[in-house]
Amino acid sequence: MALLAPPKDWYHPAAGAERLWIGIALVWCFVMSLMMPYWHFRGKQNANGTTYTVTPKDYLERTEKFVAANKVGDLNGIPIVQPAPGTDIYLLGRMWNWYPVLKLQKGETYRLHISSMDLQHGFSLQPVNMNFQVVPGYDHVLTLTPTSSGEFTIVCNEFCGIGHSTMIGKMLVE
Amino acid sequence: MTTTTLHPAALTDAGAASRSCETTGLRVCLSGQQFIKLNAVAGIVFLLLGGIAAILLALTRWQAVHLLPVDWFYRILTFHGLNMLIFWILFFEVAILYFACTIPLNCRLFSRGVAWVSFGLMLTGAIMTDVVILQGKADVLMTSYLPLLAHPLFYLGIILMAVGTLIGVFNFFGTLYIARKNRTYEGSMPLVTFGALAAAIIAVLTLLHGAIAMIPTFTFSMGWTAEPDPIWYRMIWWGLGHQSQQVNVCAMVTVWYLVGFLATGAKPVNETICRGAFVLYILFINLASAHHLLVDPGVGVTWKIWNTSYAMYLAVLASMIHAFTVPASIEIAMREKGYVRGIFGWVGALPWRNPAFSAAIISLLIFGFIGGITGVTLGTQQINIIAHNTLRITGHFHATVVGGTTLAFMGLAYYVIPLIFRKDFIARPLARIQPWLFGGGILLVSIGMSFAGSLGVARRSYDIEPAGIYGPTTHLFLGIMGVGAILAVTSLFLFVGLCVGTLLFGKSNQGRAMEDWGVAVAAPGIKQGTLDVHWAMKGTIVLTFIFLACFAVYYFANWKALADVWYVR
Repeated sequence: MALLAPPKDWYHPAAGAERLWIGIALVWCFVMSLMMPYWHFRGKQNANGTTYTVTPKDYLERTEKFVAANKVGDLNGIPIVQPAPGTDIYLLGRMWNWYPVLKLQKGETYRLHISSMDLQHGFSLQPVNMNFQVVPGYDHVLTLTPTSSGEFTIVCNEFCGIGHSTMIGKMLVE
Repeated sequence: MTTTTLHPAALTDAGAASRSCETTGLRVCLSGQQFIKLNAVAGIVFLLLGGIAAILLALTRWQAVHLLPVDWFYRILTFHGLNMLIFWILFFEVAILYFACTIPLNCRLFSRGVAWVSFGLMLTGAIMTDVVILQGKADVLMTSYLPLLAHPLFYLGIILMAVGTLIGVFNFFGTLYIARKNRTYEGSMPLVTFGALAAAIIAVLTLLHGAIAMIPTFTFSMGWTAEPDPIWYRMIWWGLGHQSQQVNVCAMVTVWYLVGFLATGAKPVNETICRGAFVLYILFINLASAHHLLVDPGVGVTWKIWNTSYAMYLAVLASMIHAFTVPASIEIAMREKGYVRGIFGWVGALPWRNPAFSAAIISLLIFGFIGGITGVTLGTQQINIIAHNTLRITGHFHATVVGGTTLAFMGLAYYVIPLIFRKDFIARPLARIQPWLFGGGILLVSIGMSFAGSLGVARRSYDIEPAGIYGPTTHLFLGIMGVGAILAVTSLFLFVGLCVGTLLFGKSNQGRAMEDWGVAVAAPGIKQGTLDVHWAMKGTIVLTFIFLACFAVYYFANWKALADVWYVR
């Protein structure tokens, strides 16, 4: 009687099947709640990240220094960079490319820094389908270990103006 | 304004500005009726605009068609988001609020003046925003993430819309106050009003977030203040963007209960549980903003996990409770009418030809099985890594907001127009199939988007070809989305055409009851037995356990998919 006033004595504790369902639903909610901390300690994929504030100018300088020190080639005008495993590596998003092309080794771990020069961008690594937000002024550091090899594509998946869909980068893993 | 204040608060009192409803016997506040009409019509106009945008977008993302040029794609995408998620929904919700505080409480509307101010601001804001977008001065998408910057009038339009809605919500609270003060009704307020109250409280919090995010952005766009921090903006903006969808959830669930009552006479098995679930929404749904920041820099992991788990899941619990209580109330009503055979023996006797009822049930199923399950899963902190900003997100919220809320509101319109505008629908056979067509279309849209997103297709992107990595399967799913969109938008145009056609050419039903859409009737020749209301809803029990099984399978399948990607900390 949703449209009319309820009976005067409408307060009743849950009973019967309703009570059973609420109990089961609550247990399910607990299971889902516990999965996140569980995965935090046992799982291999956690978007914890570390964040530093950084000006676009400083970030560009760091990236250029990193590229100069580790450059091994060129891919369509973008330098290919092969850093040593275990080191800090830099990726920069800007309208409308990803810079540089990182060449990594399968099974090795890197501290990947990502930031933007201008607008917000979306780091979407395909075809593994891993996605992170890239925000100007913030240096987003992810500790990343490639577990498959080949040529990977970085798609921008945050709207960044008219050239957004052409903002495609590459990552190589051997 | 001065004339209505002279009228007594209770609609049943002598001299009240009210009329009797020939169908329900309830008293209808004439001021309330006028503003329900205005807001509902405005809402449907914006629904039409958003629908035109929808088909243009779907036919562009369907890569084989790829209709729009790139600048117009993003322009229309901005237009679509705001007209559908904000304008259509908020206007219709204000109409629902005005209904829920007047007619069920036997009370006049608090103030006509306030209602005019609210409506005027909302309409001005919506038109201002739409004009600025179509002029190409605000190609920033609905979220307008900083440092993207639109023309100042874009932000001002949204601020006016938010303030106007807040004023409308104030009118709702004012009406509740005078109803209580003048004792226009006995005992507790009806469940419909209670659900609307929950929606109104969440709306206040939501719209305040909107103001907090938009006002400094507006002043920045005018050059008066410094640029707000982009992460801060994201967090506060989603306090508007996601929380406003919880207003929709409340309003939609309220419509389910209302239509269930109108079409089958369903009443809650236990009012306490239904009301308690609405209270859970009020207390815990406000944390949903965190879902958009799960792979963001700038917010810590503890914050992310806390905000998406402990408290948030109490709001999920609330939805799971409604998922039981709504069908249970309908099933009990049917069993009391004599349809007691087996587990699902009552389902065939439901009034499926009633478009309001079919819309409510399809809405419930799409919202629960697709929208709810995907939403909770994608909103899991780690799983968000394989979903953020892909078409999976769009697939999720087209099941909640379109298949859920919009379809439920369309269903309600099949009662609003005969009961409030007092016109019987034209072309009734078409009206009966409209919800099925819309639900089927949106189902395809949602499935197409979700699978394309799982294959890595980004949302909000004009073209997938430059990446050069998407194969025929991806194109197939985008095609399924396109076909679904054609069906859904055809049905949307049909809905708008039926509403407008009825307002212009429908037969007046003044002085008699509305032409019945079909309600559940008692089974002939079957003696009514006594029901154990605590356990008699066998069909609902089976249905909800199937739901839980689907939920668990989808949830753990996503953890498995996550376990296969690169290691990241």
